Amino acid sequence: MNKAEKACEELRAMDELAAMDSPVHGMDPLSKLLLTVFYIFVTVSFNKYDITGLFFMILFLVVAYQIAGIAVHTCFHKLRIVMPLVCAVGLFNPIFDKEIMAYIGSVGISGGVISMLTLMMKGIFCLMASFLLVATTSIEDICRALRKLHFPKMITSLLLLTFRYISVLLEEVAIMTEAYHLRAPGQKGIHISAWGSFLGQLLLRSMDRAEALYESMELRGFYGEFYYVKGRKANSLSWPAAFVYAALIMLTRLYNISDLLGSLFV
Amino acid sequence: MHMADALLAPAVAATMYVASTATVGVSIAKLRKEEKKGLESTSKKLPAMAVMAALVFAGQMINYTIPGTGSSGHMCGGMMLTGVLGPWAGFLSMVVILAIQCLFFADGGLMALGANCWNMAFYGCFVGYFLIYRPIMQSNMFSSKGINAANRLKIVLASILGCVITLQLGAFSVVLETTASGITELPFGAFCALMQPIHLAIGLIEGIITSAVLLFVYETRPELLKDVKTDGEVKNKCSLKTTIVILAVVVAVVGGGLSLIASGNPDGLEWALFGNEDAGYNANMSLDEDNFGVSSSAADKAEQIQEKTAFLPDYAFASDGDNPAGTTVSGIVGSAMVAGVAVLVCLAGGFFRKKKATSEKK
Repeated sequence: MNKAEKACEELRAMDELAAMDSPVHGMDPLSKLLLTVFYIFVTVSFNKYDITGLFFMILFLVVAYQIAGIAVHTCFHKLRIVMPLVCAVGLFNPIFDKEIMAYIGSVGISGGVISMLTLMMKGIFCLMASFLLVATTSIEDICRALRKLHFPKMITSLLLLTFRYISVLLEEVAIMTEAYHLRAPGQKGIHISAWGSFLGQLLLRSMDRAEALYESMELRGFYGEFYYVKGRKANSLSWPAAFVYAALIMLTRLYNISDLLGSLFV
Repeated sequence: MHMADALLAPAVAATMYVASTATVGVSIAKLRKEEKKGLESTSKKLPAMAVMAALVFAGQMINYTIPGTGSSGHMCGGMMLTGVLGPWAGFLSMVVILAIQCLFFADGGLMALGANCWNMAFYGCFVGYFLIYRPIMQSNMFSSKGINAANRLKIVLASILGCVITLQLGAFSVVLETTASGITELPFGAFCALMQPIHLAIGLIEGIITSAVLLFVYETRPELLKDVKTDGEVKNKCSLKTTIVILAVVVAVVGGGLSLIASGNPDGLEWALFGNEDAGYNANMSLDEDNFGVSSSAADKAEQIQEKTAFLPDYAFASDGDNPAGTTVSGIVGSAMVAGVAVLVCLAGGFFRKKKATSEKK
């Protein structure tokens, strides 16, 4: 399977997840969008040495994933894309910040190690949160929520149209690369002699396609905004639930609950 | 170059969101203005923008073999979109691509989207178009070689210069944003020295690929490209000025980048402001590092108000103060319990899912 096909598969998998049914899927898209942004904002705002306080934030995700009926590990393969830069930045912290901040037994742990771990945790938590949003909300619902927030209709229409066309063009690219590789066995990528014509051909065809697309949209009475199909009915409890969740997240940010829990037993 | 949420402090992320949103607003306003002038209607431009955005997205999946090496390169989207759609529409398309990458492929974070739009789309589309692509295409360069050869050479030069410079600016912004967020302990200069050379190589290869594609478009359908003159009439206008502008941009980027890399301690900005007494310089602007700025009652008041109203003063809550690491024994025990609960919740969820699946099969 080549890269374009893999990307197509990934899109399809996300669409299938979003089409499932669960209390989280049934929530109002806007409440989910705002809650996700709030969660990410709070997660990122933790102090770089506050590792135990930050760790409690995982519970919110794990519980939400289970209510949504999605296994937590489904999002892990997505980590491969963003984590390298986060890790590269974080790996230097132990080198530059050597001040010992804590001891486990007789082993000293430096501030750099702690800040590296919190940075990686933040990266993973934020990714899990946005994955959950997209895995439980279709792009049409997200665009509808954005329209409610008075996002320009040009952006939402463009987003929807682009999203629909990505799968079409990915498929074309997949077929073209397949055909190219069948005629040029043993070559890893596109040879320099075909660099321009390979994508250029597709570009020309795409521009023609855009013209045809515009004409068909005109014929159907397009006036600058798409009609949104009424999505599923939002759960009436979604806003109260979102507020409760947000309040719990805020409490976690204000008090180190892991620490409090531990002090009950130690 | 996509940044994750973890690399940004909330304040920096919010600032970048404001900057990118403002640019989106200006772009939409410009497109509407063009529509009013009767140049091209936005609803006609919309499908072209969407299809081009999808094309750039799909095009990034193609591997191009770099001759002489075993590795492969990708295409630079910003310059190509700008060349075909113009800067305003190109920027909006790029923003949409970044949003989809962030939402569906976890490439870049949701909160970091503003920063990513700025680092990749803003420089690629606006700096790339107004300072590099348009001046070069409208200039009189290579005119002795005939109109066709001149256009080809100009496209190659504009694509390569555009990709290299915009990528350098983008990489530099990543360094600035991460350092401003206080995420890394890596000194500013060392971070620059890591990021800039890598992106120099990437930019060069992306530039060559972009120029190859644009050249192909020029050969077959030159009317699709912006600012390309095909009628044989070369205006003898602003040739010297544009050359100077281009040279100035190149010098600023290369010189600025190199000097920062060369002197890691202290970095250029700090050195310029405060001098470096250890090394014997304290002239510069001879500011006192600890209390520079204006001290007045109004400024103090403003600071007090800001401290009171700030939602997250200095990105940390008051409770973090005493025990920043929170690595007391109770903290570790508590975290272990949280981990235990998390695993239990997962197991329970898995159990119920399996049960549901088997009952559905029946």
